[in-house]
Amino acid sequence: MSQTIGGGAAPAGLYVHVPFCLRKCNYCDFVSLPIGRAGAAGLVRPYFAAVRREADRRAPELAGRAIEGVYFGGGTPTTIEPRELAGLLEHLSARYAVEPRAEVTVEANPGTVDAARLGDLRAAGFNRLSLGAQAFQDRLLARLGRAHDAAAIKAAVAAARAAGFTDLNLDLIYGLPGQTADDWRATLRAAVALEPEHLAAYALKVEPGTPFHRDQAAGRLDLPGEDAEAAMYEDAREAMAVAGYEHYELSNWARPGSRSRHNLLYWRNRDYAGLGAAAWSHLGARRRGNVGDVAGYIHLVEAGADPVGEAEELDPRRAAGEAAFLALRLIEGLSLAEFAAEHGRSLEDLFPGAIGRATASGLAAREGDRLRLTGRGLLLANQVFQEFVD
Amino acid sequence: MPNDRPVPQDHLRNFCIIAHIDHGKSTLADRILEVTGAIAAREMQDQVLDQMDLERERGITIKATAVNLTYHARDGQAYVLNLIDTPGHVDFSYEVSRSLAACEGALLVVDATQGIEAQTLANAYLAMEHDLVLVPVINKIDLPSADVERVKGQIKDVLGLDPAEAIAVSAKAGRGIDEVLEAVVKRIPPPAGGREAPLQALIFDSHYDSYKGAISYVRVFNGSVRKGLRMKMMSTGKDFEVSEVGVFRPAMTQVDELPTGHVGYIAAGVKNVADTRVGDTITTADRPAAAPLPGYRKATPMVYCGLYPVEPTDYEPLREALEKLQLNDAALVYEPETSAALGFGFRGGFLGLLHMEIVQERLEREYGLDLVTTAPNVVYRVIMTDGTVRMIDNPVDMPTPDRLVEIQEPYVKASLITPTDYLGPLMDLCRERRGVFVTMEYIDTARVELTYELPLGEIMFDFFDQLKSRSRGYASLDYDFLAYRSGDLVRMDLLINEEPVDALSVILHRDKALVRARALTEKLKEVIPRHLFEIPVQAAIGRTIIARETVKAMRKDVLAKCYGGDVTRKRKLLEKQKEGKKRMKRVGQVDLPQEAFMAVLKIE
Repeated sequence: MSQTIGGGAAPAGLYVHVPFCLRKCNYCDFVSLPIGRAGAAGLVRPYFAAVRREADRRAPELAGRAIEGVYFGGGTPTTIEPRELAGLLEHLSARYAVEPRAEVTVEANPGTVDAARLGDLRAAGFNRLSLGAQAFQDRLLARLGRAHDAAAIKAAVAAARAAGFTDLNLDLIYGLPGQTADDWRATLRAAVALEPEHLAAYALKVEPGTPFHRDQAAGRLDLPGEDAEAAMYEDAREAMAVAGYEHYELSNWARPGSRSRHNLLYWRNRDYAGLGAAAWSHLGARRRGNVGDVAGYIHLVEAGADPVGEAEELDPRRAAGEAAFLALRLIEGLSLAEFAAEHGRSLEDLFPGAIGRATASGLAAREGDRLRLTGRGLLLANQVFQEFVD
Repeated sequence: MPNDRPVPQDHLRNFCIIAHIDHGKSTLADRILEVTGAIAAREMQDQVLDQMDLERERGITIKATAVNLTYHARDGQAYVLNLIDTPGHVDFSYEVSRSLAACEGALLVVDATQGIEAQTLANAYLAMEHDLVLVPVINKIDLPSADVERVKGQIKDVLGLDPAEAIAVSAKAGRGIDEVLEAVVKRIPPPAGGREAPLQALIFDSHYDSYKGAISYVRVFNGSVRKGLRMKMMSTGKDFEVSEVGVFRPAMTQVDELPTGHVGYIAAGVKNVADTRVGDTITTADRPAAAPLPGYRKATPMVYCGLYPVEPTDYEPLREALEKLQLNDAALVYEPETSAALGFGFRGGFLGLLHMEIVQERLEREYGLDLVTTAPNVVYRVIMTDGTVRMIDNPVDMPTPDRLVEIQEPYVKASLITPTDYLGPLMDLCRERRGVFVTMEYIDTARVELTYELPLGEIMFDFFDQLKSRSRGYASLDYDFLAYRSGDLVRMDLLINEEPVDALSVILHRDKALVRARALTEKLKEVIPRHLFEIPVQAAIGRTIIARETVKAMRKDVLAKCYGGDVTRKRKLLEKQKEGKKRMKRVGQVDLPQEAFMAVLKIE
């Protein structure tokens, strides 16, 4: 495989999409089948077989590349029997050069895990667990359509610790319908009290096709609004800092030494292969996404075809623009020298005036070689990112 | 094959169909075309006479047309009928009046379920003024809610016509069409006029043909027209050589001659439709008529608005599109205009709001232009301190109060016909719009005609929608220019981020300024997106700020989650956001969406 951008020797990642869950949340627009739905359970085995086969076929894409991060996302991967997940991980380890100390994450939802199941996963080589906590108020969890309550989050964390997971992430969402500032502060307190190594806080985005989108269209979604959401983000930054978490990406915080190495690959615009339905890959100048339909994905792979749904060959300017806005997601920002070395042209040369405008607006700051978002810029990142697209 | 030898004058009938909108005028015309074999049923595209897509979509006739038909009457004789279609909207009343002038009679179509409406009356009165013989036709008699007797009563009481002469038809079902044609032959007189007299031909419409030039649609009152004749336009004195004469069957069909009484078209290599003005009289250059036919008047635009391209590079294409539209629409006027806010564009003048909307739609649809249009306004008459009079068609040109004695605005005489149930709400509406009550007359026990004198400027702010909503769609409206009257009018400016935006200035009555200022600033606050800084939105009269709202600074705009999965999607979202910004108009530091310029119409 040719590597035009990112360098042939640079570390790479593997993403596996597990498109099964207990039930669909009201905000979710990811590709995922509730396992209880007619026909869904019967797709699990063929699906995992198909992912193995896709890995066999596509492994040469990352031949000789050290895999620094493996990530099983969903859906809710832990809806699936641990041995199925373990088997797939083993299969991948035989096809790809997964580093002995690679970060291997599995996503899980409270209510789908216990100490025994988590123990099996830990023993199989998964060393990082990402739990979808989202909120700590049962009424908000119900409104989100989550299949668990607040007590289940605490139980899941305890089970993870008992199973030997020492690298734990909690996902939180703010800007929920009916959520008050106090609710959010309580959620932040409850989350840091569980002492995870890593925390992510995302703003709710109402996506087309979701129940929330329909509610919004009908005027039945009481979102807190832009100003309240901004305040929630500020609250998160403050609470995390007080609790000793480092803010390292727009929505991500970590204890020193616990930043997600896999996710950093994304933001540093490194290469990764995505396997499974709806999984995206970034390989050199090429971005490709697999078909989203689970049965269709299985069918294509079984027929010996590449399950690619869409693909884009990035021209150098577009690739550079993407690299720029991804890097600016990191709190440390973008190294102008590294950027120029990687893309053969300086950022200023490619996007004349962009740096000047971004800094003049107070949304970005330049410190020596680095361009990064300011405190206000973190909330208005798109205004800066827009400078790097056409 | 049609015989091109002209029929004798006494076997000729020129008539039109007049009706309130949706009462079935075009359907009746279609049936008449079908019955006389002008067009085979299978070739019929519904409503042949309404040729433009827009006309068909809106169910209205914008351009008049004339069709030449041969009818074999029950007396065994063949008659040539010229059916002249008339525009169905109040904006085009002058075109209606010219079409009527070309006829000896009119079919007055009344919907059997609706009865007489405002435009039925307006058109009937207009026809009577032209001494036309009216043949009442009661349409849609097949509908369950048809009430023919009630409509007959209205025809007698309101119009003073003999109800026994009304013909009951269903144009849709094709019932009664023969009776209508017999009545045309028997009741409508043949045209008068002398073949040996000097030529007088009335232009009642025109269109532009890219090969033949401007084509005049004419009715010959005296003399006759042939190919090769040197013709002269009596309003301008310009002369042209006739290159072709013909009739519409309904396609343009060349004939040798258009003699006295006939209706058809004249092509003469006229480069500009402005030289074939509706209402003008054509005569011959070598033996001109002593006087033109009466009633010519230049079409006067009543409503103006700014037309600006969203992309500055579309300025030339916009100019070319306007030029082309004007070829077919002599009533459209425009001139270049520069706005500090919107850049280079044009100020367009229109007969009315509908005419304006039609032009805007055609520019966007047929010419693919993205436009920002400013709120329409009427033409004000300003008496200056030095005694001179100025006509102001753009609020920004309004002189400062110290330089003028008074501002006058156009008033119309408006006729509203409504079921009595909605009398109260409609009288309230007219009062709110500074209307002066004139009369109220009962059409029958359940319907009333209200007459008001209303400022035209007030009708432009969603009057028609209000009329419809307050009467559940039952009331109808017709109006005609009355006079200029002085009023306590002021210019209100809008300031966005402390800068006046010329394209948002409006002229309004002082008593309404405060309420409208509040509504307008609130609306602008809604439609202006948040920026990185706070934006004050103010309304001012002179230097006095009378209302203020604030568009708060943007606090949050971020793609919270960005996993590897969908960088492409995120990038596309950013591209879309950026594109959205580009489509706005930047005024100072502020990006204004197109809706902002129409906000004034969307309030209340």
